[in-house]
Amino acid sequence: MKKIDIAVVDYGMGNLKSVSKAIEHVASNKTVLVTSNPDEIDGADHVVFPGQGAMPECMQELDARGLHEAVINAAKTKPFLGICIGLQMLFDHSEEGDIKGLGLFQGNVKKFSLENKVDDAGAKLKVPHMGWNQVYQNDKPHEMWNNIANEERFYFVHSYYVSPEDKDCAVGFGEYPERFVCAVAKENIFAVQFHPEKSAHAGLQLLSNFVNWKP
Amino acid sequence: MLAKRIIPCMDVTAGRVVKGVNFLELRDAGDPVEIAKRYDDQGADELTFLDITATSDDRDLILHIIEDVASQVFIPLTVGGGVRAVDDVRRLLNAGADKVSINTTAVFNPQMVADATARFGSQCIVVAIDAKKVDNQPFEWEVFTHGGRKPTGLDAVAWAKKMVGLGAGELLVTSMDRDGTKIGFNNELNRAISDAVEVPLIASGGVGNLQHLVDGIKIGGADAVLAASIFHYGEYTVNEAKAYMQAHNIEVRL
Repeated sequence: MKKIDIAVVDYGMGNLKSVSKAIEHVASNKTVLVTSNPDEIDGADHVVFPGQGAMPECMQELDARGLHEAVINAAKTKPFLGICIGLQMLFDHSEEGDIKGLGLFQGNVKKFSLENKVDDAGAKLKVPHMGWNQVYQNDKPHEMWNNIANEERFYFVHSYYVSPEDKDCAVGFGEYPERFVCAVAKENIFAVQFHPEKSAHAGLQLLSNFVNWKP
Repeated sequence: MLAKRIIPCMDVTAGRVVKGVNFLELRDAGDPVEIAKRYDDQGADELTFLDITATSDDRDLILHIIEDVASQVFIPLTVGGGVRAVDDVRRLLNAGADKVSINTTAVFNPQMVADATARFGSQCIVVAIDAKKVDNQPFEWEVFTHGGRKPTGLDAVAWAKKMVGLGAGELLVTSMDRDGTKIGFNNELNRAISDAVEVPLIASGGVGNLQHLVDGIKIGGADAVLAASIFHYGEYTVNEAKAYMQAHNIEVRL
């Protein structure tokens, strides 16, 4: 089997093409493979775990393709980047469909409850939270935030957000209108609610940090 | 705070971006990748491609365009025009589109909207609503298809709610009375729909100057504004539009 630098986990859900194209753009000298083969995920140096749509369907497709263990194994052993539902699935449980996640982070995935809430300009807040919003980094520097300004804007599309029990794992926050966790990190895992592959320069910088990350 | 979005829209046929007034006298405006990159450099928050290809033979060309754009421009891409089946959605997403906009098919086959959102998620399904003010119905704005030529008998506000109920993650509302007029969005229509649904609304049709963008957000309650001609013809850049909006206390990404 040929050497794979970066494996993008394919379980049939999400904008895999966008993710792999953005990574190829920042890592032209590396082998990027979109794969649903557990052996290839095991053999890769870095693993990206994207996801879009609804978490119950994502979990179901992950299991149906026999990728559950390979993803957990990758998250425990190598540089691992979760994106969007790929962040939410790392948690114990989601309110969406009342289902279990992979349990790599303790906590719950909750739905925005924004009825009658408005932004600073008095405009009604919509769900999904869609568009470019600031990301507030926590005080402790993390290599994945290298060359990314605090309060940089990233592109979000989501109706659910993670609520970790261990507050120390939270490394990035958004506000809509309350503060919510939009990035978590633990050892070799970094996972974000926003879409770096669709966040122009800031997003490409984060992906570039990831492909060069040696936790 | 979440920024209000500016979305330049490009009409595409036979692999090229074209400009024209009311679909007449189409002129070649250039290479889609080059134009998309230019808007990206100017700070566009998303891009929309409208496939106006008339013949089915040329339909696949849009897939190649999206593939090319998606490998060089890293902001959300929406594609609309001629999306008839769930498989059309799949092919566009696989080519690199992030969202697909469904218009006429939603009217004739609403189940397709439900099927597409169930399969790919609400976040990538935009329902486009073309509406016109009417005086022969018990409601104010009627949904039209075929570029504003065919009335449907549907109340645009009720229709918007129904589409969101079926899973649409965003609505693109075009006022057919205003499209091409340069007198501003139909803010009454947009406000009525925006207040009636939970999902974001993109206002479209009628932009002639930068104050219209501000009004679309402040008066019309839009979460994003879409414009074609003011950007195509170089009247304004996206940066200029954002600076103007910011000067009018609208949150934008600069």
